[in-house]
Amino acid sequence: MVGVLASMIDGLLLGAVYGLAAVGLTLIWGVMNIINLTHGAVIALGMFGVYLLAPLLGGSAYATLPVLAVGGFIFGLVIYAASVRRVVDQSYLMSLLATFAVNMVIIGVGTAVWSTDIYNVPFSLPGLTWQGFTFTGAHMLAALVAVLVAVALYGFMRHTRLGKAIRAVASNRQAAELMGIPSGRILALSFALGVALAIVAGGLIATLFPFTVLSGGSYQLKSFVVTVLGGLGNPAGALAGGLLLGFLEGGVTPFIAVSWTPVIEFVLFVLVLIAFPRGLFPKGAAR
Amino acid sequence: MIDGTPSAVLDRRRFGHPMVWLILVVLAIFAGLPAVTGDVALRETLFLGAVAIILASSLNLMIGYTGYVNFGNIVFFGLGGYFGVWLATAQGWPILGAMVAAAIIVGAISLVFGYGILRLRGAYFALATIGINEAVRAFVSNLDVWGGSTGMYLSTTVYQSLGGPRQALWVVYYAVIVLMGAALLLSWLIRRSKFGLGLFAIREDEDAAAVLGVYPALYKSIIYSVSGLIPAMTGALFFFKNGVIQPDQAFDLTWSTEVIVMLMLGGQGSVVGAALGAFLYDQLRSTLLTSSLFSQFHLVIAGVLLLLIILFVPGGLMGWITDRWPKTRGTLE
Repeated sequence: MVGVLASMIDGLLLGAVYGLAAVGLTLIWGVMNIINLTHGAVIALGMFGVYLLAPLLGGSAYATLPVLAVGGFIFGLVIYAASVRRVVDQSYLMSLLATFAVNMVIIGVGTAVWSTDIYNVPFSLPGLTWQGFTFTGAHMLAALVAVLVAVALYGFMRHTRLGKAIRAVASNRQAAELMGIPSGRILALSFALGVALAIVAGGLIATLFPFTVLSGGSYQLKSFVVTVLGGLGNPAGALAGGLLLGFLEGGVTPFIAVSWTPVIEFVLFVLVLIAFPRGLFPKGAAR
Repeated sequence: MIDGTPSAVLDRRRFGHPMVWLILVVLAIFAGLPAVTGDVALRETLFLGAVAIILASSLNLMIGYTGYVNFGNIVFFGLGGYFGVWLATAQGWPILGAMVAAAIIVGAISLVFGYGILRLRGAYFALATIGINEAVRAFVSNLDVWGGSTGMYLSTTVYQSLGGPRQALWVVYYAVIVLMGAALLLSWLIRRSKFGLGLFAIREDEDAAAVLGVYPALYKSIIYSVSGLIPAMTGALFFFKNGVIQPDQAFDLTWSTEVIVMLMLGGQGSVVGAALGAFLYDQLRSTLLTSSLFSQFHLVIAGVLLLLIILFVPGGLMGWITDRWPKTRGTLE
């Protein structure tokens, strides 16, 4: 019983990171109605960002996160200008494909540079032992950082003029435009913000698990699950959805083989999508 | 679809529609060239091209005709492969019988999937198709009867009934060519039918279509299943020929999405466009993969190509051709 509880707590810690990854996806969906299929590739870039930058910044993975966030923001602006800007107002097929095209380019370059070998960020933190179960320092710190970033985002969206402008554009772009909000720039900003969040989440995941260039794909799928659980376009819901997914993962892990976890996840994903297309937490504070 | 002048109608009555001739000529080339030259490498190239054409034509029924973006159409190909290979090896069925049985089983499964996800629209539907594919892949990876994550291997003895492995490759090749002909003919017939018009109406405005007497739920359910039948049969043949079937290869989301690239390249909604885009993309892909300079960058080049099409030629090749020469509109459908 204690083992199950420990596994659930560890799942919650992981879930916070899943949630942060999904916040980036859901922010972009909420503001511009685009499912960002570069998400997984960007998460992978975050992982490799930590791998490359950590030795330069004194070996600490956490010191690289601010750098990654800034880099991710700029990269998001580039993606927006190159592919998304022209398809924002077109059918969703176009925006899905435009972002998928960028995804192919990133994965292609990444595969050429790093092949598909497994990489690792070697470092260790003191863990916390309770009843014979160890919660690693990396898991706890990652969850803490994820929650802090999410709270900071919430504050930004709630209490700054820029955040208010983003929420205005999300709820009605034309009306926002009429109120003098430059909606084009707000869209670019939101997209870049979403990408920056994804890249930071990727960096955090790199401190937890080994990764390859293609690892981002499975976290993208997890982000879809989380986003759907929390309601597409709802950042606060995404964090809750992430915690729920992590909790479920942790809860079932002691009872079944690890390979069955994705089966449960995806079946749940499809069922929730069918039964609750607006998510389990439809009305979020951060909208 | 719209015949311009009375004489055109008359001509078509006497000689048949040019599309029928086009399909027959393509089939003759695919069937004849490798047989006449005896060139096995050419046969393999055309085999992959034909598989691409089948997948793209079938997906075109969903994306191009009905306006529903299915990212995971490969799930039918993979399931067909699994059922076909399993029946042919573990149950000792002849491959063509296994192929038909696989199509029937997959057809039944697709009705269940369709019943669930076809009530979703737009991006929600697209996400659900990804979810279905991944759920099936994860499930099959755990299915010990089908070899779990390592998959199933065929022993060479299963090819004996077709006259040995070498002969079997030819048999499978011609069977795939027949399926390609069926896929092209089916897309064209649906496009010309009242049923096809109903699908187009759903694509333009589902609610308006319902008001005008189209049954969207029924139409979508039928086309979703139909778009899986020929890929299921092709999957059975493909993996029978391949000699091994594994979950990651059978339910490959990247491949599934590359089929969408093919559609965009050729022009979605058009029978000729889907086939042309599939063939050209497949050629490009294999050229890039085999070249020493670009083999690392085939995804990059495909991605840039896709982006350029979306941003600058959203109608694809056929859109460009019919814009340029409007008279081709009635002939090349």
